[in-house]
Amino acid sequence: MSAVEEVVTEAPAVEAVPKRAMTLGLGTSLVVLGALVLAPLFVKNFIIFQMTMLLIYGLAVLALNILTGGSGQFSLGQSAFYAVGAYTSAILMEHAGMNYALTLPIAGLICFAFGFAFGQPALRLSGIYLALATFALAVAMPQLLKLHFVEHWTGGVQGLVVTKPDAPFGLPMGQDMWLYYFTLVITIGIYIASVNLLRSRSGRAFMAIRDNEIAASAMGVDVALYKTLAFGVSAGITGVAGGLGAIAVQFVAPDSYTITLAISLFLGMVVGGVGWLPGSIVGAAFIIFVPNIAESISKGLSGAVFGVLLFIVIFLVPHGARQIAIVAQQVLSKFKK
Amino acid sequence: MELFTNQVLAGIATGAIYACMALAVVMIYQAIDHLNFAQGEMAMFSTFISWQLMQWGIAYWWAFLLTLVISFVGGIVIERLLFKPLAKAPVLTNVAGFIALFAVVNSVAGLIWDFTIKQYPTPFGSSPFLGSQLISTHQAGMIGVTLLLLVALYVFFQFTRIGLAMRAAASLPESARLVGINTSWMIALGWGMASAIGAIAGILIAPVVFLEPNMMGGVLIYGFAAAVLGGLTSPLGAVLGGFLVGIFENLAGTYIPGVGNELKLPIALALIITVLVVKPAGLLGRPIVKRV
Amino acid sequence: MSAINLRLGAFAAALALLAATSSGALAQKKYDTGASDTEIKIGNIMPYSGPASAYGVIGKTEEAYFRKINAEGGINGRKINFVSYDDAYSPPKTVEQARKLVESDEVLLVFNSLGTPPNTAIQKYLNSKKVPQLFVATGATKWNDPKDFPWTMGWQPNYQSESQIYAKYILKNYPNAKIGILYQNDDYGKDYLKGFKDGLGAKAASMIVLEESYEVSQPTIDSHIVKLKSSGADVFFNITTPKFAAQAIKKNMEIGWKPLHFLNNVSASIGSVMKPAGFENAQDIISSQYFKDPTDAQWKNDAAMKAWNEFLDKYYPEANRADASVMYAYIVSQGLVHVLKACGDDLTRANVMKQAASIKDLELNGLLPGVKVNTSATDFAPLSQLQLIRFKGENWERFGEILSGDVGG
Repeated sequence: MSAVEEVVTEAPAVEAVPKRAMTLGLGTSLVVLGALVLAPLFVKNFIIFQMTMLLIYGLAVLALNILTGGSGQFSLGQSAFYAVGAYTSAILMEHAGMNYALTLPIAGLICFAFGFAFGQPALRLSGIYLALATFALAVAMPQLLKLHFVEHWTGGVQGLVVTKPDAPFGLPMGQDMWLYYFTLVITIGIYIASVNLLRSRSGRAFMAIRDNEIAASAMGVDVALYKTLAFGVSAGITGVAGGLGAIAVQFVAPDSYTITLAISLFLGMVVGGVGWLPGSIVGAAFIIFVPNIAESISKGLSGAVFGVLLFIVIFLVPHGARQIAIVAQQVLSKFKK
Repeated sequence: MELFTNQVLAGIATGAIYACMALAVVMIYQAIDHLNFAQGEMAMFSTFISWQLMQWGIAYWWAFLLTLVISFVGGIVIERLLFKPLAKAPVLTNVAGFIALFAVVNSVAGLIWDFTIKQYPTPFGSSPFLGSQLISTHQAGMIGVTLLLLVALYVFFQFTRIGLAMRAAASLPESARLVGINTSWMIALGWGMASAIGAIAGILIAPVVFLEPNMMGGVLIYGFAAAVLGGLTSPLGAVLGGFLVGIFENLAGTYIPGVGNELKLPIALALIITVLVVKPAGLLGRPIVKRV
Repeated sequence: MSAINLRLGAFAAALALLAATSSGALAQKKYDTGASDTEIKIGNIMPYSGPASAYGVIGKTEEAYFRKINAEGGINGRKINFVSYDDAYSPPKTVEQARKLVESDEVLLVFNSLGTPPNTAIQKYLNSKKVPQLFVATGATKWNDPKDFPWTMGWQPNYQSESQIYAKYILKNYPNAKIGILYQNDDYGKDYLKGFKDGLGAKAASMIVLEESYEVSQPTIDSHIVKLKSSGADVFFNITTPKFAAQAIKKNMEIGWKPLHFLNNVSASIGSVMKPAGFENAQDIISSQYFKDPTDAQWKNDAAMKAWNEFLDKYYPEANRADASVMYAYIVSQGLVHVLKACGDDLTRANVMKQAASIKDLELNGLLPGVKVNTSATDFAPLSQLQLIRFKGENWERFGEILSGDVGG
């Protein structure tokens, strides 16, 4: 070994998850779907709103999961893509008077391009260096949004108030319920597309890079292309989630998209299980509801209670909700025998 | 020209803050091969402990020494209780653990000492240093202590058995175990030392930024940036990185027209990323070659 | 004297008559969601965690104050049930919590929720639901807009009118000043900046030599101060929150820059700004006030201050009395209690807004002598008076008259 170079066989930062194990079985999927479709009929509007947010954050966590669990790249900057998506939708709706549904694909495309472009310099970075670069992006985004020469469009420090859409075609449902089903359809669509993406040739390329970049490149995988592509796809989905978030919350402001959001999304991915797509919704539930539980236990120490609950979760299931699912599956298969 | 000199001097003074924190970052990276997001909060907590000791009437230097001991032990205890059980868990789960620790420490400090700012004394005084009003004696003292720490760390990692063992344990744990190094305790020791260095950083920073539970939030971002810029494996690089970030940030804020002032931090971060793209291991870091 | 008494007597008689007739007409009690014979449910949203957690103490003080009110028998026999949630200063979370308060907890009104972005996020929602968003805890100017948002009402003197007061003072006394400004780059800083420029009017461009902004994530503001000094400014308008205000005061002294220093009211606290920054560095700073600084020795034997101390001793003993937020919360809580008492047995949301919009010359414990709460159907800015103060020794010295600077929303 030469004095100036250290040679290491680096263990992959993300453990290998076989692609089959990334999804749920058909039966379970149908049960979950049924619950998601029927639940709003029985609860208050406020709960419907929370469920909408759950789906939206679920999408954003899913996007991070594709990036980290799929291609092994780490990002603490998802809040930046979320913000770009949210502002794209808000600006198109409020300044250009565009229909809310049409703004979402545009938000997704813009974020895809943004993510793809950001993926270029990020190619040269890995591990901690990539974490810092994405972190920098997340820190910079709120400051960029309030710059004086975009202020006219973004509303600067004051943000933009967004109008909430009514149900179309005279459907007999409230705004909240309509928005929930609208979000649900988009979420399911993106979920199915993501599952298929990971099962496709591209998905196999992602995972080959995740497990061993050098080996993947030796096998002829275009590492640079697929890594930036993973960034683009992830950013695009996050952008759609951001757009939906702006419509549901009816407000965008720099304070909504700080580094705290990026950290929350990251926690959601870890709690849900890195690389396990259905876990995204579990992770989203964690980042929405656990702070509420924490504050109901203690106002003054809500941060500490949240931290302790998080510790408990990662002690019990260091691999996230996926671990529970695996155990449940084993128990079930024993029963079948 | 006067403005230029002034901004460079002010940048060096601020850079000393970043350099101090960057050293603690390098220390923990050498020990565990990761960045610890809760490090700034741990340093803040240590600083509050020393403040509390002084409120109870203990003299500055005794409080300082006691705090170092408490922080060192505290760091080891945190590692043994919270992170040793996670040793086998995935890396990202450990990162979540750092975030949890961050939340706990910040919230507990807020409850005990509340969020109003506290004045923190300095042993160096705050009169102008060498006739320049831009650097106070405290800031000069801070640069001095940072350089001392730097030398101490360099000697520790280059020439002492334990320092070499610690580096081996972090970068090549398997091989280190084979030559009889207790890697588990090396990690705990690293936590203790990083925590103690963090305490020194906090105690030096507090007189400038005032003591309060959120005082390290911004400092940690710059500390990370400085350490990464200089190279995470090099204490000298970290200190250099700290001063460079401080100076560059001020110059960008002063001379880039239009957005410079509003975007000081993003511009500084963008520069660091550019450096990393060219030199992925930082300015003075050792390049790492991967093999299959 | 007797004439006045006579008139007062006649007025009281008329009032009694009015009360008699109206109570006849309103024999039965009227309630909206959140109010009943035994309880009034009040919602509140505070950043107990996250970057603005320093202000969480406001919610805690209010909770303590309503405990005191309940212990003393409540409001017209009804207990206040104060439901306060954490939004971590993140607008999406504020929306979630506001909806929880309105739709799940079913509160009568949302009181004193904190921060401009969080309040902006829920303003439209609360107005469409016709739920009062009463006495919001932000100094933005836009809350005084009864035409577009009849269910939203501000509380404290707004940032713009405060900085207009400084601008006018500078125009009058230092017409040739060269002004340097340091402001926080967010809604609060920009509101102050706008008011200041409006106040200077046409002379703003020639008088302001440098505007510097900083981000809250910055550890220090040293380099901005260095730049301001070299700009040659001789008047410094300091629009910063307590930590940065103290840094600026200290740094000014260290680098030997001695401008005429105007400090915003947000940081005009002796205990949490002047003392940490060093009294010797803070001499002659000019600011403005509308309530008594509890850390100012001149109020030591003041009746209101004694009442405040007794309240804290009994209901919130761990409070840091140097924290101006504690006094702020104490005063605004009294304001709410006044409104609820005035509502009598008609605890509908409409009546809450009506009573809140008809406060006349109300004096509350803790306000500076001469500062009064006033509202009307077209004036949704309860407090709009300030007095200039100058720091001397270890105290604030009030000077000039009580000034009022109403800036419409």
